[in-house]
Amino acid sequence: MAVRPRRTVLAALVATALAATAACGGGTDSASGKTTLVVKTFSQFGYDGLYQEYEAAHPGITIKEENIGKLGDYLPKLQQWMAAGKGAGDVVALEEGILSQFTAKPDQFVNLLDHGAGELKPNFLEWKWKQASTPDGSKVIGLGTDVGAQGMCYRTDLFAKAGLPTDREAVGALWTTWDDYLATGRRFTDAGTGAKFFDTSGGVYQNILMQQGDHTYYDTSNKLVIDSNPGVRKAWDQTVALVGAGLSANIDQYSPQWNAGFKNGAFATIPCPSWMLGTIEKQSGPENKGKWDVARVPGDGAVRGGSFLAVPGQSTHQAEAAELVEFLTSAKGQTAAFKAKNNFPSSPQAIDDPAVRDFTNAYFNDAPVGRIFGDSAKALKPVYLGPDNTPIGDRVANALTAVEQGKLSPDEAWAKAVDDAKRLVK
Amino acid sequence: MAVTDVRPRPAAAPRPSPVPPPRRGFLAHVDAKWSPYLFIAPFFVIFAIFGLFPLAYTGWVSLHEWDLGGAGAFIGLDNYADLFGDPDFWNAVVNTLGMLVLATVPQLLLAMVLASLLNQKLRGLTFLRMGVVLPIVTSVAAVGIVFSQIFDRDAGMVNGILGLFDVAPVDWRADKWSSWTAIATMVNWRWTGYNALIYLAAMQSVPRELYEAATVDGASKVRQFRSITVPMIRPAVVFTVIVSTIAGMQLFTEPLIFGQGGFAISGGSLRQFQTLSMYMFEKAFREFDYGYGSAVAWMIFLLITLLAVVNFLVARRGN
Repeated sequence: MAVRPRRTVLAALVATALAATAACGGGTDSASGKTTLVVKTFSQFGYDGLYQEYEAAHPGITIKEENIGKLGDYLPKLQQWMAAGKGAGDVVALEEGILSQFTAKPDQFVNLLDHGAGELKPNFLEWKWKQASTPDGSKVIGLGTDVGAQGMCYRTDLFAKAGLPTDREAVGALWTTWDDYLATGRRFTDAGTGAKFFDTSGGVYQNILMQQGDHTYYDTSNKLVIDSNPGVRKAWDQTVALVGAGLSANIDQYSPQWNAGFKNGAFATIPCPSWMLGTIEKQSGPENKGKWDVARVPGDGAVRGGSFLAVPGQSTHQAEAAELVEFLTSAKGQTAAFKAKNNFPSSPQAIDDPAVRDFTNAYFNDAPVGRIFGDSAKALKPVYLGPDNTPIGDRVANALTAVEQGKLSPDEAWAKAVDDAKRLVK
Repeated sequence: MAVTDVRPRPAAAPRPSPVPPPRRGFLAHVDAKWSPYLFIAPFFVIFAIFGLFPLAYTGWVSLHEWDLGGAGAFIGLDNYADLFGDPDFWNAVVNTLGMLVLATVPQLLLAMVLASLLNQKLRGLTFLRMGVVLPIVTSVAAVGIVFSQIFDRDAGMVNGILGLFDVAPVDWRADKWSSWTAIATMVNWRWTGYNALIYLAAMQSVPRELYEAATVDGASKVRQFRSITVPMIRPAVVFTVIVSTIAGMQLFTEPLIFGQGGFAISGGSLRQFQTLSMYMFEKAFREFDYGYGSAVAWMIFLLITLLAVVNFLVARRGN
C-alpha cells in the first residue's frame, strides 16, 4: 500500500480547513465596476435564459450560478456556508426538506419583507408562502420557486409489450389507489418483459408518505413521532407489499445503475415529481424520446420536494440579490423555469397561465404536463417536515433497501429504522 | 594508512592571529551548535503545524459538544463513553479490520511472489517492472468507479463470469463478505505492484553468494526463497506490513464510491462496508457533530498505534 500521510487521522481538521478555504469567494466587484451576484443551486433550476434576460435589463449586474448536482451533496455545504458566515454567495436555493432548520434561524437570512416582498404574497400558493416565513409572519426568508407536483412516469414500449394500455388516461385509470398500482405491477411482472415495475422502494415510499396527512416523522412541535404516526407505518407497509410482490428493481436513485436503467429500460414506472422530468430526459437520452409518458399518480395528489430562493445575510449585495430573487420567483420567471426544466410553478398565476396549462412535453410523447401537474398541484396539501427529516428519510430508505436485498424481514427493518431515527435525534 | 587527514590543510601561510577574536568565536560556536537544528527545523515546524497541532486540537474538540455553531460545553470523555456503546462504531471497527485482513494478507503474499519472479532474468524486464507499478498511477476514484461496475449486481463482469458456471448472480453490496471482497480486490489491485517493487529492491541487495552456496548445497528454488530471500528482506516486509496497516485503517474512497446513491457514506443498507473513516466523516460532516467525529478520529489513531506496536513487537520477537 502507499505511504499515505498519517495525517489522514486528522482529516476532521484538515478537511475543515479545506472547506473554509474552498468556501471563500462570494459576490465581489470586478474591476469593471460590475456587480457579480453568485447564485447557489442544486439539481436543475432552468434559469439560464432568465439570467441572460436579467443581465440585459440590468447592465451593471453579472450573474454567476454555481450548481451542485446532488441535493445530498449540496445540503452539507449549504449548512457549512451558513454556519461559517461566508461562501454562500448572494442567492441560495433552499429545499423544503431542510427549510425548518433555517426558518428556526431567520437571522441568517435577509428578511425579504424589507425588500418589498410583502406585495408579492398573492403571487404564491398560500402554504408555500407560509413555509418560508417565521411562525408569526414577521419575517420571510425565502420565496417559492417550484412545487413538487406528482406524476407517474411510465414506459409506453414496456407497457405495450406487457399487454397493458399505453394511453395516459387509460394508464391513470389503472391505478386509482396504490393497491391498484400493486395489482397492475403484478400484471406487468407476469407478462415477463424482463423489466421490473419500478426503480426502488425509496422513491415509491417517499411518494406514498407525502400523501399521509400534514406531517411525517415530526409533529408540528418538532417532536419525533415516527413510531406513533400511523401515516408513516401505512406508507411503510404499502411499500413493503410492493417490494414483496417482486416489483422493485432495487436500484438506488442517483446511482450510475439508476442512470443506466433509464437508458436500457430496467424499470417501467417511476413516481416522478415535476422536477424529475428533466433528469429522466437527460438520463434516457434522445434515443428513448417518446418512450416515456406521464400519467396521474396513485392516491391523492402530493407534494414531494420543491424549493425556495433566499438571500443569505452574509451577502454583500443584499438589495440587488433580493431584486433578482423576486424576478426569478415571479410568475413569469416560474413559467420560464417550467418550460426549461419542468419545475412546476408555485405561483397560482403561473399555474393558470395558458403557457403552463397548455404546455406539452415533446420528450414525453407530448404529454400535457402542464395540466397533469396543475391538477396534482391543486390537490396539494402542505406537509410539515421537521429538522432532521432528511437524515431520517435516509435511514428509512436504507432499511427498505435491506428488505429488498432480503437481509431483514419487514418487521426487523421497521424496528431498525425507528431505532436509528431515535438514536439520531436523541 | 595513506590518507590520514582529508581535511584541508590549515593554509600555507599562517593566519595573522592564531587566536580568533572572542566575538567570532561566539558566532562559530552558535553556528556549530545550533545550525544543524535550523537545518532540520523545517520538517519539525511543518509537522508541528500540520501534524501535531491538528492531532491535539482534534483531541480538544472531542472533549466538547461541538457542532456547526462552534464549541459548546466541555463534556470530558462523554463522547468516548457514547462511542463505546455505539453499535455503528463497533460495526465500523469490525468492517475496517476485516477489509484490512482481506486487503493486506493476499496482497503482500502476492507481492512477494511477483517480486521473486521479477528478480529472475526475463525478457523485457524493465517493461514488466514498470507494468506492475502502473496501477498506483491510476486515480483511486477511477479504480473505484471501474471496479464498482465490475462488481455490479445486474450488469457486472464478475456476475457475468459466474453466470457461465451457472452460479447465481451475487448482490455484492448486500452482504459483508461480498462487499469486503469487492473492496479488498480494488485495494489489492492498486497496491500489489507497489509492494512488489519494494520487495524487489530488497531482494536485489541480497548477496548472490548466498544463492550460489545454497545451489551448491542442492537447495531447490523454493527452499532458497524460504530460507534466504524471506529472512533477508525481513525489514522490507515489516515496513510494508506497517504501512499497509496504516493505510488499511484509513480506507475511505474505495468503499465510498462502491456505495451508492445519496447516502453512500453509510456504506450499504445495513452498513455492511462502512469503514471507520467513513463513520468519522458521517458524524463530522453529514451530521456536523464535530465533537463525536473527533472522538472517532482519535479512536482511529489509537487503533493504528496499537496495531503498529503489535506489528513491531511481533517483528522484534521474530529477530
